[in-house]
Amino acid sequence: MAINWFKYSSPASFYSLAGKMIPIFVFVALILLAAGLYVGFFVAPTDFQQGEAYRIIFIHVPAAWMSMFLYVVMAFWAGIGLAFNTRLSSMLATAIAPTGAMFTFIALWTGALWGKPMWGTWWVWDARLTSELILFFLYIGFMSLQAAIDDPRRADKAGAIIALVGVVNIPIIYFSVQWWNTLHQGASVSINQAPAMASTMLTGMLIMVLASWMYSIAVILKRTRIIILERESHTAWVAELQKKGVM
Amino acid sequence: MFMWMIKRDLLLAMRRQSDVLTTLFFFIIVVSLFPLSVGPEMNMLRTMAPGVVWVAALLASMLSLGRMFSNDYLDGTLEQMLLSPQSLSFLVLGKALAHWLVTGVPLVLMAPVLGIQYDLPVEALFVLTAALLLGTPVLSLIGAIGAALTLGLRGGGVLVSLLVLPLYIPVLIFGAGAVEANMAGVGFDAHLSLIGAFLLVSLVFAPWAAASSLRVSLE
Repeated sequence: MAINWFKYSSPASFYSLAGKMIPIFVFVALILLAAGLYVGFFVAPTDFQQGEAYRIIFIHVPAAWMSMFLYVVMAFWAGIGLAFNTRLSSMLATAIAPTGAMFTFIALWTGALWGKPMWGTWWVWDARLTSELILFFLYIGFMSLQAAIDDPRRADKAGAIIALVGVVNIPIIYFSVQWWNTLHQGASVSINQAPAMASTMLTGMLIMVLASWMYSIAVILKRTRIIILERESHTAWVAELQKKGVM
Repeated sequence: MFMWMIKRDLLLAMRRQSDVLTTLFFFIIVVSLFPLSVGPEMNMLRTMAPGVVWVAALLASMLSLGRMFSNDYLDGTLEQMLLSPQSLSFLVLGKALAHWLVTGVPLVLMAPVLGIQYDLPVEALFVLTAALLLGTPVLSLIGAIGAALTLGLRGGGVLVSLLVLPLYIPVLIFGAGAVEANMAGVGFDAHLSLIGAFLLVSLVFAPWAAASSLRVSLE
């Protein structure tokens, strides 16, 4: 039997598939979140250097990882949409951007909260902090470009180009900032020499990473569904959904 | 065709000299504002000079990006260019180079004078000029992508700054870094080599990306 690999690249079939998948991902995300927070707050030992304040790591690190990962995923789908003219890929890219920007913001915010008790300052011009900030700018640029364009097809393609240009630039920006930082010899503190972590800390962090992963998938699918409804509102199948009242 | 493009854009710019002069005076005014805001302490000004000049150059180059395509877009010339059998990337490269000749080169020529205002040593003035000479074409090339993407959009001028400024950061870091390294007595060739590398990479990729952006914007 030949499998139709492209069945779910049609917005109509993806819409119903996503509808079935969202509850599963929400459920898994909630379980993992509860488990991760439990491990993080009750099981993991107090750090001998940083005391209790280190526990923000369970939010901070997953958010920072997701922020970078989601940008690459977003650029990937935007690029696929640009190259093969598949509508759904571009919708997915558009749906990923706000979640990615949110995680970038959380990473910056919790980083500042962590920096204050540890380093005595909210912000240092450390290479990682600076490149995370620039990543936030790139997300904002992508979203505001798409928001400024009325025609959705043009918005998709223009967004794809700026996302791909951004992806090419991310390594350049990262290394520039890193070299700039070492040239300045400024940052007296660095996150690089984190002490070896207790295994329960690591477990808690990894559970939280999985939880944010599941959360992202659920939210992105939901947002994609909304974008599909908006853009396909002229089609027969959406009209039928409306008639049935299942939207 | 490529040379024709540059000649044509230069001719158009010469017919409207006020545009060129506005950008240049913007650059001069921004640089002159800093001593007024932070005080005339010479030691501080000397350390700030490379960064201030570079940031002002970034802003000046970015402000004039709107003109790169918009006039041709409004009178329909741009559509004719898209239809022409010539490679669009080459035409875009021509336009970006013309933009650099009109806005970048005056900045480069003006920079040493502004550097003197900030009491930079002579050698640092040379490094600043060399770094700007290598770096400003990169700004025009990357800027072409942003200008092409925001063509004909409402609020395009502000939007282009959001898109383009984060991409300018590497040039800014190494451009200002070259002068600082020179003043600190460290070698500056590595900085200039890196800006040169940015220039080569953007010469290859930026016209292509800007050309596809133009196709998206005009379809």
